[in-house]
Amino acid sequence: MNTTSIMIVGVGGQGTLLASKLLGNVLIARGYDVKLSEVHGMSQRGGSVVTYVRYGDKVYSPIVDQGEADYILSFEILESARWISYLKKGGKLLTNTQKTWPMPVITGAAAYPEGIVEKLSAMADVVAVDALALAEQAGSAKAVNVVLIGVLSKQMDIPEEAWLKAIEETVPPKFLELNKKAFQLGRNAR
Amino acid sequence: MKKLMLGNQAVARGLYEAGCRFVSSYPGTPSTEITEQAALYDEIYAEWAPNEKVAAESAVGASLAGARSFCAMKHVGFNVAADPIFTASYTGVNAGLVICVADDPGMHSSQNEQDSRHYAVAAKLPMLEPSDSTECRDFVAAAYEISETFDTPAVLRTCTRVAHSQNLVELHERDEKALKAYERNPRKYVAAPANAVLRHIEVEKRMDALRAFAETTPLNRAEMGDTEIGFVTSGTCYLYVKEAFPDASVLKLGLVNPLPVQKIRDFADKVKKLVVVEELDGVIENHLRANGIRVDAGKDIFGLLGELSQNKIRRAMGAALPAFDGYGEAVPGRPPVMCPGCPHRGLYTVLSKLKLTVLGDIGCYTLGSGAPLNAVDSVLCMGASIGMTHGFTKMLGAEAAGRTVAVIGDSTFMHSGITGVVNLAYNKSIATVLVLDNAITGMTGHQQNPTTGLTLQNEPTYPIRIEDICRAAGIQRVRVVDPQDMAATEAALKEELAAEAPSVIIVRRPCALLKYVKHNPPLSIDPDKCRGCRSCMKIGCPAIRFANGKASIDATLCVGCGLCEQMCKFGAFEHKEVR
Repeated sequence: MNTTSIMIVGVGGQGTLLASKLLGNVLIARGYDVKLSEVHGMSQRGGSVVTYVRYGDKVYSPIVDQGEADYILSFEILESARWISYLKKGGKLLTNTQKTWPMPVITGAAAYPEGIVEKLSAMADVVAVDALALAEQAGSAKAVNVVLIGVLSKQMDIPEEAWLKAIEETVPPKFLELNKKAFQLGRNAR
Repeated sequence: MKKLMLGNQAVARGLYEAGCRFVSSYPGTPSTEITEQAALYDEIYAEWAPNEKVAAESAVGASLAGARSFCAMKHVGFNVAADPIFTASYTGVNAGLVICVADDPGMHSSQNEQDSRHYAVAAKLPMLEPSDSTECRDFVAAAYEISETFDTPAVLRTCTRVAHSQNLVELHERDEKALKAYERNPRKYVAAPANAVLRHIEVEKRMDALRAFAETTPLNRAEMGDTEIGFVTSGTCYLYVKEAFPDASVLKLGLVNPLPVQKIRDFADKVKKLVVVEELDGVIENHLRANGIRVDAGKDIFGLLGELSQNKIRRAMGAALPAFDGYGEAVPGRPPVMCPGCPHRGLYTVLSKLKLTVLGDIGCYTLGSGAPLNAVDSVLCMGASIGMTHGFTKMLGAEAAGRTVAVIGDSTFMHSGITGVVNLAYNKSIATVLVLDNAITGMTGHQQNPTTGLTLQNEPTYPIRIEDICRAAGIQRVRVVDPQDMAATEAALKEELAAEAPSVIIVRRPCALLKYVKHNPPLSIDPDKCRGCRSCMKIGCPAIRFANGKASIDATLCVGCGLCEQMCKFGAFEHKEVR
């Protein structure tokens, strides 16, 4: 039973849902059994959000548990620290270095930890990318999600055309060129 | 054709395929998308009802008219709809009636984690529990068959992980069902004592027939493997068990009420150790124990709280867990917050400043309970703010009433706030109610409601005015304020709190996430003018940061609402393009 587990983590409002939809479409087109799980509702209001994506010949559980993720695709560096325990030994963390302050940091009740990338790099195989800068370079800060999908695509054994096709099918035509550029910037990052 | 479908989307597909014609629901996470998706099929009439009771009654009426009918609700919505449903169990149906209840173990988006299976037992209704999207689609059709065969409403129970997970679902054609003729039958449908006494006999006969059906239906199936351990389970727990123990024997229950006692007994006889895996209460386990079936492990190892997962099952069973490393130091939490530009923020800043006692309600405005606003004293259930404020101020008198408000949203007000307001007028209350009208049902993801003037399909309809309802209910003091103007909001609050009469302030400004709401360019802060007083931090906006003694604005989040600027005494905020 060969199941690959991916977690997409971030902050509500960052566009993680589009990233998981894109990834799901790529995997279905490859003929895999796919399960996707996310939580809607309250947590989306700027809270910590997580989507589980699992694929293989036959997938049972829709969720990924601690020590099970082959990849964690993280939209925010503090969220990488929060979810790192879900990474499998030998798994890869692909993370945006962007910082979005949570309310306890804004109110001064907690400090935003320093040196997260360095600490995580000592623990696991980490690819850290400034996806916000790359998204702005592509033309919009909102394209962070597609930049990060580009980063993930580089790691996975799926041809580039399959990703581009899924992007064409998922994003509105008006933003297609921008998103293709964002994807390439992510794919070629590092 | 196969399609990746959310559990909720697959329930809607199941409704379409099973020939359902009528859907009425009130939104509630995690059930909301079922009704939104059902509305996309032209063959189904779908609507938002003002609350779950009206939705259920409407579905009962449509069933009586001869149409396969449906309503969906979250677990706490079933509490509201329980009255008609318990007696619909007695009257039975004409065409099939399916009620979906979506539980929320782990309380991702709910105020409690009640286990709806108790309702099926108490109301004597068949309950089906799908594990994934494919079963969501299939079990809808099965539920309609059961409903019509056994003359009963049937309940479909999902949970957050079923409702909001996706897998590939094979699409089938619609099985069009003609309207069944409506035949007048007062002995069946008039639940007056003389009739209901006889109907109860039918209900018990029906439960006997359903118990026999449970023993043979393919909804319940034994998957024999290694007989060292046999798991009895249902819903998502089945998937977690298969993930953690792929080789074990499993009895998967698709029909969770009534239970197939003999089938489970036969299964128990074939395995060395019988383990019942269920989230929340030990409903299956207790039933087995009551029937004298040996249960070797259940709630004693899995507990009564929250969701299960493959690792929780591995851990409880003493099996090895996958290796992992934690971050090793505390990571600050990231609780949900009001969005940048949220109209509730201005009001809550005023409530926090005045240090009022705030008896709250269910909606985005519950977020006012978090730091730094810390402005909510209680949240109970839909509509409770008004009733609780009445009782609270009656007991503590005028002085306390001058420091206490009820806070309720527009959709929640329509759901179950109106009767509370009637009570205020009728019983001579002096309470003050704030109706936060943001022109949408917000927390569940923007559904229309009777105040918005639009139907589920976004067709124009008669917009109910909250102020008209309050006046008609006997409230003389009704006024409207814009929460973006904090000074005016504060003045209005002080006046109404001082008045020795019941009053309603409608705090009106549309949700910042509505497409038609136009935003301004992000503000910026002149570091030379910022004195580091932190006044602007009091509003709890996620777009404002404070570092090195100065406040600054995250331009990727700011929508330029200018609330922070109203807090600044030093004119440090600037309106200019940051790019």
